[in-house]
Amino acid sequence: MRAINPSLSRRPTSMVSSKRKKALLLCSMAAPGAIWLLLLRYLPMFGIVLAFKDYRAFKPNTFWNNIVKSEWLGFKNFDFLFKSPDTGRMIANTLLYNITFILLGLVIAVAFAIMLSELTNRFAAKTYQTLMFFPYFLSWVVASYFLLAFLDSTSGMVPNMQKLAGQEVIDWYQSPGYWPAILVGANLWKNIGYSTVLYLAAITGIDRTQYEAAAVDGATKWQQIRHVTLPNLRTMIIILFILNVGKIFNADFGLFYNVPLNSGSLYSTTQVIDTYVYRAYMNSGSIGMSSAAGLLQNVVGFACIIAANSIVRRFDPDSSLF
Amino acid sequence: MIFSQTGHRRRNLRLNTISAPVETTFHFILILFSLFCVIPFLFVIIISFTSEDSIRQIGYSFIPQSWSVQAYQYVFKLGDVLWRSYFNSFLITTVGTVLSVLMTLMYAYPLFRRDFKQRQFFNFLSFFTMIFGGGLVPTYIICKNVLGLSENYAALIVPMLLSPFNVIIMRTFLQTSVPTELIEAATIDGSGEYNTLFRIVMPIVKPGVATIALLNALAYWNEWFLALLYIRQNTSVIPLQYLLMKMQRNADFLAKNSHLLGAEAANIAVNLPSQSLKMALVVLIVVPIACAYPFFQRFVVAGLTIGSVKG
Repeated sequence: MRAINPSLSRRPTSMVSSKRKKALLLCSMAAPGAIWLLLLRYLPMFGIVLAFKDYRAFKPNTFWNNIVKSEWLGFKNFDFLFKSPDTGRMIANTLLYNITFILLGLVIAVAFAIMLSELTNRFAAKTYQTLMFFPYFLSWVVASYFLLAFLDSTSGMVPNMQKLAGQEVIDWYQSPGYWPAILVGANLWKNIGYSTVLYLAAITGIDRTQYEAAAVDGATKWQQIRHVTLPNLRTMIIILFILNVGKIFNADFGLFYNVPLNSGSLYSTTQVIDTYVYRAYMNSGSIGMSSAAGLLQNVVGFACIIAANSIVRRFDPDSSLF
Repeated sequence: MIFSQTGHRRRNLRLNTISAPVETTFHFILILFSLFCVIPFLFVIIISFTSEDSIRQIGYSFIPQSWSVQAYQYVFKLGDVLWRSYFNSFLITTVGTVLSVLMTLMYAYPLFRRDFKQRQFFNFLSFFTMIFGGGLVPTYIICKNVLGLSENYAALIVPMLLSPFNVIIMRTFLQTSVPTELIEAATIDGSGEYNTLFRIVMPIVKPGVATIALLNALAYWNEWFLALLYIRQNTSVIPLQYLLMKMQRNADFLAKNSHLLGAEAANIAVNLPSQSLKMALVVLIVVPIACAYPFFQRFVVAGLTIGSVKG
């Protein structure tokens, strides 16, 4: 073990210096994380100027030099973005999908959590929870193969069954009309288990005597759920709701990119802001447009989370995030 | 006295339950959804053991005409590219998990210390990134051009080292399980800050460390997005998830990229049971998770609930 700090014996002067030393040591602990945050999270924030610039290569071809020498475009990139016919589509898709995910996710997860908590067979409840949580730990790449097994146009199970039944065979990966339902299903498949577990933990934490008191007063099970369980879940529902509303302009890239197998003919129903930014940059190399779309997404998302939080704070200060 | 009380309570609880038909309905709904969650995986396992003839005849089916382990034999024959990416996945997961856990713990610990004056600053530094960011393109360009995260292992590890969400989980673990008096006592006994963290605090928050380690290990094992962004040519560092993604687009990616002799490679590419082979790879990627799942599930549940209760 380390020797006892010699400064302890010289009290008066050392108190100050040992305090400073302590603060310095604690700072040094946080330093790796802080440096990481500055380099990988804050430095890119300066890259936001890309949305207002006509970024191109100059000599010497370094990033900072290019940024400084590139011409300012003002809001031209945004003009282009809003004139493009795809923009409205992708924003609408992002919002509609997210609203559906938030509402369905909330209702179904709370319902499942209540069902699980009311089962008298605890072993069965545990088993259901374990099975439902499993997809959460798989990647969208794996999930896309799972779906492919059912929908693949040549060997998939569904087209083959349609063939056997003499029905018209649907080419799923070319028919955009079916994808809203498929993507909502895929998202529920992967994420319901997670929120169910969260709500179930909150329900388990409710004081049992509240139910007993309600039962003594003659409340039926349904009245207990309505007047004991749901009010107790309120804080958690609100917190998860704000978090999700704050992310309403952010789509799960993996879901919208991998699950439809990046199929071009499905873009009308599968294109969201995140996939648009990626494709606009990687496929057509338009730095300005994709940065503009990304910036728009972040600013609106930021406004959303601040707004959601302040609304919550007005009604119920204890449930607000910050 | 105590005995009669619990007896009374139990009777009361039994009375206070949902009716049998309702419970049966609940079971029915939950069983249905549980099956919906696991059947795709079982289906893919069945396909991986289906013979290529059967797939050609009746497609993927829960009851194939004939079974075969050919796909797995080819997996072993097709060696290098596959094993290389299996190794890469393990390497990235191990190194990434160790580093990220260390960094998360060392960042969360000062935030938990109430006597640390700069705590607010560091807290805000990580919290702000949760609600605002530079966006995909600026982040990509900075990482690639300024930080040199391109075509190497670092590009697959560094961008995921710290997550503000995990910092919050870790800090909550510290707040709930480490008493302030313990830190004060350690300081008075002359224990340095690093000594206190690693010798005294860490053993107490082992469950928290385990939770963060598991979350990070899963995130690294399932990672494909970083490879999609930063790895363009250097296929020797790609992880398994990304290999799988590439194979979806071109089926003979494996055969083309393995360093086999010309004739043999061509031979293998022709006879490749490509459909069941892909599914066999999916099985190989999910099996480590599925095997560890029953053990890590309760840690993850504990961590997620603790982290989300107080954000």
